[in-house]
Amino acid sequence: MIELRHVSKRFVDNVVLDGVDFDVRQGETVALLGPSGVGKSVLLKHIIGLIKPDTGEVIVDGLNVALLKRKELSKLRQRIGYVFQNGALFDSMDVADNIRLGITDDELYADWKYCQERVRECLRLVNLQPDVMRKFPAELSGGMRKRVGIARAIAGKPTYLLYDEPTSGLDPVNSDVIDNLVEKLQLEIGVTSVMVTHDVRGAFRTADRIALLWQAKIRAMGTAEEILASQDPAVQQFLERDFEMQISQQQGLPTKSRASSHGTQL
Amino acid sequence: MWPPRYTHHESPSVRPSVAAAIDLRRHVGRGFLRATSHVGRFTALVVELFRGLAEWRIWFPRTIEQATNIGYGSLLIVLLIAGFAGAVTALQSGYQLEGGFVPVYYAGGVVASGVILELGPVLTALILAGRIGARYAAELGTMRVTEQIDALESLGRSPVTHLLLPRIISGIIVIPALVMIANAMGIASGYFASATTLDLTWSDFTYGARFFFKGPFDLWYSLIKAYFFSLAVTVIPCYIGYNTKQGAEGVGRATTTAVVAASITILLLDTTLAKVLLGQ
Repeated sequence: MIELRHVSKRFVDNVVLDGVDFDVRQGETVALLGPSGVGKSVLLKHIIGLIKPDTGEVIVDGLNVALLKRKELSKLRQRIGYVFQNGALFDSMDVADNIRLGITDDELYADWKYCQERVRECLRLVNLQPDVMRKFPAELSGGMRKRVGIARAIAGKPTYLLYDEPTSGLDPVNSDVIDNLVEKLQLEIGVTSVMVTHDVRGAFRTADRIALLWQAKIRAMGTAEEILASQDPAVQQFLERDFEMQISQQQGLPTKSRASSHGTQL
Repeated sequence: MWPPRYTHHESPSVRPSVAAAIDLRRHVGRGFLRATSHVGRFTALVVELFRGLAEWRIWFPRTIEQATNIGYGSLLIVLLIAGFAGAVTALQSGYQLEGGFVPVYYAGGVVASGVILELGPVLTALILAGRIGARYAAELGTMRVTEQIDALESLGRSPVTHLLLPRIISGIIVIPALVMIANAMGIASGYFASATTLDLTWSDFTYGARFFFKGPFDLWYSLIKAYFFSLAVTVIPCYIGYNTKQGAEGVGRATTTAVVAASITILLLDTTLAKVLLGQ
């Protein structure tokens, strides 16, 4: 279980998180929505200990992440897979070596045969052919890089998966592929997932619960039905704007705001 | 927004002279905090490096790879620079000795001592600060801004043992070796330049060289300098690259800062070591 209790974080004068409370139960997928720059990725990085809170506690499996010693933190991180926004693949290594680095158990990492099999297995799970193994990240498309990033994150058989904008910058078809993948991974390996995303449609499709980070606080958190039924103006504003934007992107349809702006111009 | 937030420039109650004084204090304060933060982070990194030494199974294979890369890659430029430095020293010595008051074999001594004590280690280190230092800072800086270092940490692996130690240790192995090769090349090219322009024979040249040579200590001095310089060429760029911020611009800034900082440190170390080891 992941728990954030009254977590606050500021960078110089910019308050990014202000007394945030957030929890993820075992086996569920939680989508964290919010406008750009609101601090969603910062929240995610707190969970894996890449950023420490100014105040408050981040508890993973009963351990206070900020207080862990180097080796304890390293062990905890071996149970968490982190999918970075831009893949963060090691560009001097080929795909196979990138994924192999995700095998966090030292004995298994040293077993070449196991690594080869595990790399193939992870590629299969993310719907990639084994022939990409010897390619370098620069030779892959954006969608493929994201999938290799996911393959690396799951290579160590983690208990938790943290996705940082897994569909950002992808076209709707590739976004669907990644969303399907997130669902499939939850079904096949049963991980607990936190997904930071802008993609409201994808979040509603894949997540058990949805949280909205708004002005440094968790403004709303609940199931898709609860979020849709929310009367909070911030929640309604965010959902309306995002749905409009996505429909216009995917179908090329004029949105209400676009039609009215045309009307004003005419 | 109410109440309105004034900066002291906008506030009607603060005189310009007071505002300037506050600004100065703020700049000095921020500069001091930044310097303290660098000292703290650098110390923490050095502690991490020593801790990481225990995990030799991780850094050792990568060190061999790095050493091969930087060693072969730097050999040609080091030979070129040392060759020219030796030849120029010989030619200028010839020019100085033209009057005939000083025996021409002194040129051998000037070349050998000049190359071993100063030109070989310092020029090689400065060139490698530009070549290896810039490379380390740019590589690590790019890895930092593209979240590759964060990715490594997220996998429970230490960036210090995977990235920094192999680079630093390979530098400590390779740079002194390159300095010794540079010394040999400088003396050889100095001899050829002396032989062709000053009609100096090999025996005259070696006689002059031995005349000024103060035994193996000169070579040890050169080697000790090379070890200190190798730390400046590797540790400083690694620290700066590892702490890079703000995208491509940050990588560019880190790279130039690393080369400048490493070069200045080399010159400071050069002066300090001359004073400490030669007692002058």
